Amino acid sequence: MTTEAFAAELRFRAIDMLIKAGSGHPGGSLSAADIIAYLFNEELNINPQNPDMPERDRFVLCKGHAAPALYCALAMRGFFPLKELDTLRKLGSPLQGHPDMKKLPGVDMSTGSLGQGLSVACGMALAAKLDGQSNNVYAVLGDGEQAEGQVWEAAMFAAHYQLDKLIAFLDLNGLQIDGTTKAVMDSAPLDDKWRSFGWAVQVIDGHDLNAIKAAVAKAKTEKTPSMIIAKTVKGKGVSFMENNVDWHGAAPKGEQAELALAELRKGVSL
Amino acid sequence: MSEKIATRDAYGKALVELGKENPAVVVLDADLSHSTKTIKFAEAFPQRFFNAGIAEANMTGVAAGLATAGKHPFISSFAVFAAGRAFEQIRNSIVYPNLSVTVAASHAGVTVGEDGGSHQAIEDIGLMRLLPGMTVIVPADAIETAGAVRALASYNGPSYLRLGRLAVPQVNTEDYQFQVGKATVLKEGETVAIFACGLMVAKALEAAEKLADQGISAAVINVSTIKPLDNETIIAYAKKCGAVVTAEEHNIIGGLGSAVAEVLAENCPTKMARVGIEDKFGQSGSPAELLELYGLTAENIAQKAETLLK
Repeated sequence: MTTEAFAAELRFRAIDMLIKAGSGHPGGSLSAADIIAYLFNEELNINPQNPDMPERDRFVLCKGHAAPALYCALAMRGFFPLKELDTLRKLGSPLQGHPDMKKLPGVDMSTGSLGQGLSVACGMALAAKLDGQSNNVYAVLGDGEQAEGQVWEAAMFAAHYQLDKLIAFLDLNGLQIDGTTKAVMDSAPLDDKWRSFGWAVQVIDGHDLNAIKAAVAKAKTEKTPSMIIAKTVKGKGVSFMENNVDWHGAAPKGEQAELALAELRKGVSL
Repeated sequence: MSEKIATRDAYGKALVELGKENPAVVVLDADLSHSTKTIKFAEAFPQRFFNAGIAEANMTGVAAGLATAGKHPFISSFAVFAAGRAFEQIRNSIVYPNLSVTVAASHAGVTVGEDGGSHQAIEDIGLMRLLPGMTVIVPADAIETAGAVRALASYNGPSYLRLGRLAVPQVNTEDYQFQVGKATVLKEGETVAIFACGLMVAKALEAAEKLADQGISAAVINVSTIKPLDNETIIAYAKKCGAVVTAEEHNIIGGLGSAVAEVLAENCPTKMARVGIEDKFGQSGSPAELLELYGLTAENIAQKAETLLK
């Protein structure tokens, strides 16, 4: 499957499962969809038949509320049956509201409490370095999350210990629950901040799959940890959700649900 | 009497021994390695020691990441910061995913001394005990600390090891084998059972001698595992003696006394008294002065026991 097709199907399935769940976070799942689609369809050395393979690449969804995007990618790669996507957020489901590594194969870390994921990714990269393994560790952070002090503790740590296998994405969609990141807590200029913390920084269009691919290829050549700042659109792919903060944490219902699925179904063959 | 040794010193020494035989052991500290004694490991195994700087939250998360890759991290700082500052990181990045990390916190309790109340953790046992699946160990002496370090390194799941700054007397015999979840009867008795942990175990033994002078037979039980609690031993001695005193260098709310009270209230209600810090913060002073001020003494344990038996 092309990554373009993978991303389109991932978006459709993510919104479909959110509608069935009746709650969750569509906006940030859609903004991160292309990054996650690229990583899981093309980049990550992972094995659905052996999810705990020691030499696998690691993936930490620091912005754990985008769990639907991760769950769809894992199911589409065969880590668990696609029909399980319908159990999102239901009692007894391995698909918890936020990723739970104890319950779902393929989830490398339980996340959801913002600010904590990058530290864990640092630990994973450090372990690989200690063991002389060549796997990469990928992390996806949110832009609202940049206000968490721990993110910058981790930024210092990664540079200090030269964790060059650590490749992070910043899903820069400009919105958080209470409004624009500029209004709530302006963390700009993020490129300068990350650079000054000793990271190799690239700024790309987070919906351009070729740009994502090229950025990862470049990041792999760096001698420092890499931050790929991906400019994205919150709610990307659903016209009425795009750049609208109301869709941070609410699932569409009724006519809006139908409209969203109709828009996302284009180009998807299921 | 044998030489007094601080449990933090025993911890540093035990880590080095462990490091020689277990390559999965890694150690992190937050700029307090000379105080927590992880410096000993850092000197012996520089490749497996990571100073995280004064950033306890990140250190905790890094340890979680190392644990997902099969390492067993011991992470150290003062208890106020290790358990307090990084509480939610311990909760969500270590205990919720059930990762095998040992949070080894030194400078617990008021015997930190002159640094004062800001640096004296009186609430850490309570915080850690509240987390589902967390194992909480408070060793009483150097022998038990060494045993606990070894046991926790191969333990499956998260653990909290509470260590002290002050040198404490040996209460266990040289052949003592520490087991997670097992309380140890150090002195048999019939009339009152004293359940103690940490440096209060030695005080409890002293108290038992004072009570013996009054014709009171006190059992002394070292409850070094606060969680999972050895319910069986606690219930057995409560039934046998009919009166219980707990002793800990911690707030009487949320610690050993609370844990024992919970078990006894449901299984065999027993008259009891708790010796501990009575819901106050600490302050500057010498450890001896502070132990006296907060009633963490053999005299107070004995007095509480006598009052119960009246």
